Amino acid sequence: MNGQPTHSLMKWRYIKQGVFFGVVRFAALIITLALLGIIVFLLAHGWRAITWDFLTLSPMDSMTKGGIMPAIVGTFYLTVGAIIVALPLGVVSAIYLTEYAKQGLFIRIIRVGVNCLAGVPSVVFGLFGLGFFVVFLKFGSSILAGALTLGFLILPTIIGAAEEALKAVPQTFREASLALGVSKWRTISRIVLPSALPGILTGAILGVGRAAGETAPIMFTAAAFFTSVLPRSVFDEVMALPYHIYVLATAGTHIEQTRPLQYGTALVLIALVLGVDLVAIVLRSMVRRKKRW
Amino acid sequence: MIIQTKNVDFFYGAFRALTDVTLDFKKNRVTALIGPSGCGKSTLLRLLNRMNDLIDGTRVEGEILFEGQNIYAPNADPVEIRQRIGMVFQKPNPFPKSIFNNITYAPKLAGIRDRGEIEALVEESLKRAVLWDEVKDILTKSAMTLSGGQQQRLCIARALAMKPDVILMDEPTSALDPISTAKIEELIDTLKKHYTIIIVTHNMQQAARISEYTGFFYMGKLIEFNVTEKIFTNPDAKQTEDYITGRFG
Repeated sequence: MNGQPTHSLMKWRYIKQGVFFGVVRFAALIITLALLGIIVFLLAHGWRAITWDFLTLSPMDSMTKGGIMPAIVGTFYLTVGAIIVALPLGVVSAIYLTEYAKQGLFIRIIRVGVNCLAGVPSVVFGLFGLGFFVVFLKFGSSILAGALTLGFLILPTIIGAAEEALKAVPQTFREASLALGVSKWRTISRIVLPSALPGILTGAILGVGRAAGETAPIMFTAAAFFTSVLPRSVFDEVMALPYHIYVLATAGTHIEQTRPLQYGTALVLIALVLGVDLVAIVLRSMVRRKKRW
Repeated sequence: MIIQTKNVDFFYGAFRALTDVTLDFKKNRVTALIGPSGCGKSTLLRLLNRMNDLIDGTRVEGEILFEGQNIYAPNADPVEIRQRIGMVFQKPNPFPKSIFNNITYAPKLAGIRDRGEIEALVEESLKRAVLWDEVKDILTKSAMTLSGGQQQRLCIARALAMKPDVILMDEPTSALDPISTAKIEELIDTLKKHYTIIIVTHNMQQAARISEYTGFFYMGKLIEFNVTEKIFTNPDAKQTEDYITGRFG
């Protein structure tokens, strides 16, 4: 029949397609299982530790008893602080890179710089924070130094996401606004930024997850081994969840005894990150529903 | 004479898109720019309100005078120029806002605050764009819910709300169906009482129907400029005749 594939050839194509789909499904399944596995594992080992006292008390008896409230509060402050530092700075940088700068060698160098920053190990950020914020600027080991260090750590993530979001705004929106005799800055602030907001929030979500979970950058800049009092200013040291897990699991004197507390702390950390993410996701879907094109 | 171009050359990088274009646009008339794709007609149109400023690596030589002032002079303000020379694009491009806010967006930023004044402006602009009757009850609905033809008339209303002297139209009906096209053409006919209209079109019947003057472009040069009737019945240049009779392009 004029050039039509024969029956067996068609069948072979279906088999190939089936195999390919199978591989893709399997890959997706593995990722989902890995995530589920971690959460189930943590839940199984940690749920018994989660009590009202665990969430509201300070650690007691060389951290073998009591709760993790100071660490929850500390991680919350550090994460929020990091976002306050990184979000405005990142968005403004992205606006400069995509909307104002003439595309050329200089901009390419800046982009490479931002990407390199994303690849720098987090412990290097910790050392930078120690040298610059803690020692040179004399902030001491404090929320301020930790939030700034974490802020710089997540800056590339936020710049990258914001740049992509800005580039995704249709050029026709910019043209429509400029052609009405609206200045470039107002076009960006009234039309481009609101349209890019969902994408920017996605970047913020990724940043939050990263900032909350990092241990190395806050080890030298903000985290206290133990403190039962809550911070009263940004110059105070705080406990933090990831560092607390690290301390209990490696540096304490009762490592085996505190296993349930370690799992419980990890569970709280994940819940906190998911909680902050959830707020951002809800916010994003609300913004998206308003903007459709 | 509201706009004059004098010996205008235009370059995208090393590519010369326009060569020595000298042309006068008359006030309150419809002027059509025609020619095959890539002939430079849209490029010229976008030069008239400095929209080509947005493209990196472009260069203009010669002068473009708007009411006698060179709009490419160092002290000329593109924002001010675009407030007086509005533009309608090929594809309808309303903002993802309500119909009402699409109209009020630019006038508000230009300093109109009074609520009554703004409402009057919305009604007047929509009436002039012959859209009022269709949308007066749904002003708070998103502009994205309108049909393509309605969206294009909204874009015209949005341009009119800035009270421009000139309206540039870049193939405003090429994305529309015949009925919407007819409505826009009717609209252009009523608008020319108050505005100077310069329209780029691929559709020669459209140019013949709606314009009083026509310029024919080919390979970045203005081949012929004259009253529309003359261009379409007895053109001077052989190239013009070949194009309008459909022998090329």
